[in-house]
Amino acid sequence: MTEAGAAPGPPTPPRGRFGRWRDQALALGWLVVVWILLWGDVNVGNLIGGLLVGSAVLLFFPLPAVSFGGRLRPGALLAFACRFVVELVSASLHVARIAVQPGYRPRGAIIAVTLRVPTDLNLALTAEAVSLVPGTLIIEVDRDTSTLYLHVLDTHAPADLALSRERTLDVERRIVRAVGSAAELRRVEPDPAEKGNSQ
Amino acid sequence: MIGVVADWLGAACLVAGALLALAAGIGVLRFPDALSRMHAATKPQVLGVLLLLLGIALRLRSPADLGVILLVAVFQLATAPVAAQMIGRAAYRSGRLDRSLLDADELAERPTGGGSGDGHAQPG
Repeated sequence: MTEAGAAPGPPTPPRGRFGRWRDQALALGWLVVVWILLWGDVNVGNLIGGLLVGSAVLLFFPLPAVSFGGRLRPGALLAFACRFVVELVSASLHVARIAVQPGYRPRGAIIAVTLRVPTDLNLALTAEAVSLVPGTLIIEVDRDTSTLYLHVLDTHAPADLALSRERTLDVERRIVRAVGSAAELRRVEPDPAEKGNSQ
Repeated sequence: MIGVVADWLGAACLVAGALLALAAGIGVLRFPDALSRMHAATKPQVLGVLLLLLGIALRLRSPADLGVILLVAVFQLATAPVAAQMIGRAAYRSGRLDRSLLDADELAERPTGGGSGDGHAQPG
């Protein structure tokens, strides 16, 4: 898993087919684990049942291939997870507070954030993390330009919008640090020259 | 001894999770438009469910139950944003939002023209 094909271009057919089979086998493995967890008991029957159901799911509900060109970095993954929990708690308390605050009508705004790493995996992971975390809700995703359109709750000034944009790009940076390739990492690391045109 | 501590921690998690779920319910009722309501329905509710699951896990403490609880947590985290996005997008496209409450709308001014564009094929 850690030495996934680093070639960003179209892979040669044998390698592509091998990669496809490996992805399918990984997916099947996860489905079997889920099946066994659902039954809560490891035995031969559950294993065979899981293999059958997993194969049927993969056969009848095929998904577009997601290329994983990076590698897992446990330290950065842990940092992302800790930060995620902190933001989840603070965002939840914030929304809960303005929900019960009497006579308060929160204002919102819709902002566009263009991500710097235009891969499907990064787009999906960032969208997931962002919409779970800080007072933001995804309402539209533009896959061609990898732009997320977010609704931000409880804005007071234009500075809040810039802050939300910064935070979203920070989430992207932490995700790329955790699972991205070296080339992707270079695109998100803070760079004084880049900062200006990153919207 | 450990069991008693875990029981009390679990009870605290259950109460905290229930309070967050209550706050989410109040938010859904009180927020002015559909998009704000989706915030209430995703954010405190996700943490509320996670706290409830943590509380249950601390009370039950058997491996089989922990597996199922872990699955529930993972699926909760994976599916809540998808549901919120689908509802938010439907609300936006059908114009069910209060523009007087919006400070900015960068979706309306995107280059492809308006929020009506449906040219974006869904993956799959």
